[in-house]
Amino acid sequence: MTDSTLKSLVRPGSGRRRRMAPIVPAQTVAGHALIAVIAIMTFLACLTVGAVTLVRDTASVWQSQIAREATIQIRPRDDLDMEAALDAARTIAETFAGVRAATVVDSAATARLLEPWLGTGLDLDELPVPRLVIVTIDEAAPPDFVAMREAIRKQVPNASLDDHRNWVDRLVSMARTTVTIGFTVLILMLSATVLTVIFATRGAMAGNGHVIEVLHYVGAEARFIASQFRRHFLLTGIKGAAAGGLAAIVVFILFGWWSGRNMATPEADQATALFGNFAIGMTGYLGVGVVVILVAALTAATSHATVVAHLNGVDVGTTDHL
Amino acid sequence: MGPEILRDISFQIPKRSFQFLSGPSGAGKTTLLRLLFLSLAPTRGLIKVFGKDRALIRRDELPHIRRKIGVVFQDFRLLEHMTTYENVALPLRVRGREEASYRGDVTELLKWVGLGERLNAHPPILSGGEKQRAAIARALIEQPDILLADEPTGNVDPPLARRLLRLFIELNRSGTAVLIATHDLSLMDQVDARRLVLADGRLAVHD
Repeated sequence: MTDSTLKSLVRPGSGRRRRMAPIVPAQTVAGHALIAVIAIMTFLACLTVGAVTLVRDTASVWQSQIAREATIQIRPRDDLDMEAALDAARTIAETFAGVRAATVVDSAATARLLEPWLGTGLDLDELPVPRLVIVTIDEAAPPDFVAMREAIRKQVPNASLDDHRNWVDRLVSMARTTVTIGFTVLILMLSATVLTVIFATRGAMAGNGHVIEVLHYVGAEARFIASQFRRHFLLTGIKGAAAGGLAAIVVFILFGWWSGRNMATPEADQATALFGNFAIGMTGYLGVGVVVILVAALTAATSHATVVAHLNGVDVGTTDHL
Repeated sequence: MGPEILRDISFQIPKRSFQFLSGPSGAGKTTLLRLLFLSLAPTRGLIKVFGKDRALIRRDELPHIRRKIGVVFQDFRLLEHMTTYENVALPLRVRGREEASYRGDVTELLKWVGLGERLNAHPPILSGGEKQRAAIARALIEQPDILLADEPTGNVDPPLARRLLRLFIELNRSGTAVLIATHDLSLMDQVDARRLVLADGRLAVHD
């Protein structure tokens, strides 16, 4: 025992009375380890929540962006007046309910689209390049694509309507799979967090068995003992879970800041193409809050259950307690 | 089910009585004390505590009955993170009483057991005798109807053992029934008191 510990233990009998010591001993090594375990598991669980939220939001954006437009493609033919065909196709598309706008991609825009492959100074009239009409769709009430396709096919030869259904279906399927995998990982992560917190709390409680017994023997009611430990471990849980949750939020903010700052670089472009601007959003932050509250409550509930189990053992045990 | 430790035992602890419980190690003294303290239930037989059949006492009633029974544990059972004062005040604190309402009583009791100068010392730096007296003071703070002490002089030298015995006698004179479990014959010889002797699971009562 060090001198400073001795000084703290020996105080003169007289003088001002200090605050009473807490019923449950202050943090021990096991207590600090418990805070660290809770913080780490909460951090990992919160990261998972954030990642799943990001994937879900991104999948939803992919679907909505691709489903927002359809394309009418008109392939050139010798006897076809391309401009008239484009205009006809645009007019037909605009007559359908659920179409917000139909725009012909003009020669200049088409040339710009092809510029990366064919270079500048392109004369489209010399090349058999298909032309496009972009149809903007009301996502809430999409048009009847079958009827539109039929009408265009009848009136504009060489025209075809691509409603991106194949892409949308694939993306919906991929997004659903990704989100399902994400939620499975989240459930596994939360289960691991729950079990780790339970076992770590029980470990930290093991060192307090003598305190429970003494309180019990001096006539403390079970609910008093349980409430003391519950309060103590709720605070421990809040400390650890808040630290883990805050660390996760810092990571989210740092990633958001990094992706915003490197928007123009090739690496960030890849990330942005996949995940948008890497913003977690309110759902993600709310998820972090829920995980923090869940972990803190779980720590308190585990300590409560451990106290009750210990008290049951004390009253019926057969080992020498006296 | 394990071996039968106590059998065919019948005795009563009258109010304001003083008795020793003796017998060789392993005879069942601690088990008998635990039965009296309600921390152990008998496999069969009848135990009445303050007129109530132990088998009919509900679990939530136990704390209230225990407050009438003071126990001095052989290993003291003091909480090391609390001072002597806080350890002794613990039974009152767990009942939700304000510290101001019992501060004087605890301080006075600690002076009575000779720990007036050790109020703010923690158990790790108390001597064996001081711990023993702190444990006794904690058992007495609620003025119990009965005091059960398990080998209360087992860790102290003979002069201190005599001093503790005088403490118990004084307590008994003030109205508390006292049962001291000990195998210290010299201690028992100092007082002309009832003796309950356990051997081979049976109890002989010498009034």
